[in-house]
Amino acid sequence: MAETEIQNFTFNFGPQHPAAHGVLRLVVEMDGEIVERADPHIGLLHRGTEKLIEHKTYLQALPYFDRLDYVSMMAQEHCFSLAVEKLLGIEAPERAKYIRVLFDEITRVLNHCLQIAANGLDVGAMTPFLWLFEQREILMEFYERVSGARLHAAYVRPGGVHQDIPAGIEDDIIEWADGFPKVLDDVEGLLTENRIWKQRNVDIGVITTEQALDWGFSGPVLRSTGAAWDLRKAEPYAVYDRMDFDIPVGKNGDCYDRYLVRLEEMRQSLRIIRQCIEEMPEGPVMVEDNKIAPPRRGDMKRSMEALIHHFKLYTEGYHVPAGETYTAVEAPKGEFGVYVVADGSNRPYRCKIRAPGFAHLQGIDFMAKGHQLADLVACIATLDVVFGEIDR
Amino acid sequence: MNQALIDLGEYITDSVPDLASSSSIKLDELTIATSREALIRLLTFLRDDQECQFKQLVDICGVDWPEREPRFDIVYHLLSHRQNHRIRVKLMTDAQATVPSANDLFSAASWYEREVWDLYGVFFDGHPDLRRLLTDYGFDGHPLRKDFPLTGYVEVRYDEEQKRVVYEPTKLTQEFRSFDFMSPWEGAQYVLPGDEKVDQEADDG
Repeated sequence: MAETEIQNFTFNFGPQHPAAHGVLRLVVEMDGEIVERADPHIGLLHRGTEKLIEHKTYLQALPYFDRLDYVSMMAQEHCFSLAVEKLLGIEAPERAKYIRVLFDEITRVLNHCLQIAANGLDVGAMTPFLWLFEQREILMEFYERVSGARLHAAYVRPGGVHQDIPAGIEDDIIEWADGFPKVLDDVEGLLTENRIWKQRNVDIGVITTEQALDWGFSGPVLRSTGAAWDLRKAEPYAVYDRMDFDIPVGKNGDCYDRYLVRLEEMRQSLRIIRQCIEEMPEGPVMVEDNKIAPPRRGDMKRSMEALIHHFKLYTEGYHVPAGETYTAVEAPKGEFGVYVVADGSNRPYRCKIRAPGFAHLQGIDFMAKGHQLADLVACIATLDVVFGEIDR
Repeated sequence: MNQALIDLGEYITDSVPDLASSSSIKLDELTIATSREALIRLLTFLRDDQECQFKQLVDICGVDWPEREPRFDIVYHLLSHRQNHRIRVKLMTDAQATVPSANDLFSAASWYEREVWDLYGVFFDGHPDLRRLLTDYGFDGHPLRKDFPLTGYVEVRYDEEQKRVVYEPTKLTQEFRSFDFMSPWEGAQYVLPGDEKVDQEADDG
């Protein structure tokens, strides 16, 4: 028999593929049905956010954070606000902190709903997608009621939050929180013990804790390996130290555990949401310092000083004392951090954004090795990659 | 709460005085300054020492200071899950010299170093695959340097006649506006319009 040379097959996965979760171009080398190498080419959604932020005032830079990971908006605003507050040496008022935590957790549910829905869709389960997107719609309405925008809220700002929450929204959030566990139960009923779901997820993309640390993983991906690490507990910011909640951890670090961890995190988020609403104090939602917080519209009609402050804040902005800080929060996807270097002017000198998805996607090569192509899709889905934050 | 960080900083500068040139704590964050030559040994120490155990490399990023010599800072952020500490390791470098790659110590370093190479043009020695990461295929220049214009040099569009995407020099329909709101009474770092006459008049007598 003549000798034939067998060559590995190399092809493009994406950038226009629904299972690529955005504009991921993955150059995959296949040996038959087995993935030998997966080389992600990213940057197709690169918008130069960090460069743009260097040319904007601190307040103008804030909305860029909504547009990074566009399914966990307020968590990222919170991170940038904390960093700027640290540099300024101010602290948000109590009520603002509670509102921030409340909406951080709503954001977490928003994000995990999307992740589980998309994960289901990727491996062939259509129904959870429809159920969970209905819930996302309700949550985005809460976003809209506090900020006026469903997605890009620009609500959490250095010094507090933009406005107080409207009257009655607490009752509506509680009402939603009462009904949401039922939806989660339904989703669990469809997926958790489902034979197909388990075949597609159990023992797929297994990560050990050592690997997760080595590759810089964080968030649910790290916790699914059994490491109980959550910045809300380890470095409590805002009022997380007063909240009573548990950190779910996985055992095997596979796609199935990541799904279970996310599911349980949503239930824990509901606990935090309830506590926030119960304990939320009355009071201001923005620092009283006129050099940082803009004046109220009503004051501007009567007070010349307020008018001048408003003009200065929205043209020049405030000056941040020279210094540098790395501030991180537990965003739904993992550790989201910003490294801000201030030079004493009204613009950040450097603002490096540390996105959790960036580190996660980097590990796709070792996770997918030896799996079939369809399992690669499950891996991408459970890493929860969103290209807004990865490409920046 | 600061005491643990002070102790850690002292411990590091005492244990490896030749690797860590200085340690400082500002805003509750510990920064260790080092050099290109000492970097790998310092990172190895921080990762493996019992008191440190910085097992996770969180981030590598560059900062450009064009007026300074050498002009770049490379900043490493490490996280110790065991000790619940964060640390920042900083070194200075310029566009010519190479920084040793931390890829063998932390797998996570790979993309971060590619990103710094892409955006700042700092070369990492020993990196297995130092390609551009975020910018376009065939991109020219290093966009996060301070001397790279915000608008860039080229723009792309789809050309209907050639049936492909073409690159053209950037054309701005409106002049690029970078407003400067610095008050002339505080901190304006340039000669205000009209002020240049002051020196002339002084020279003229």
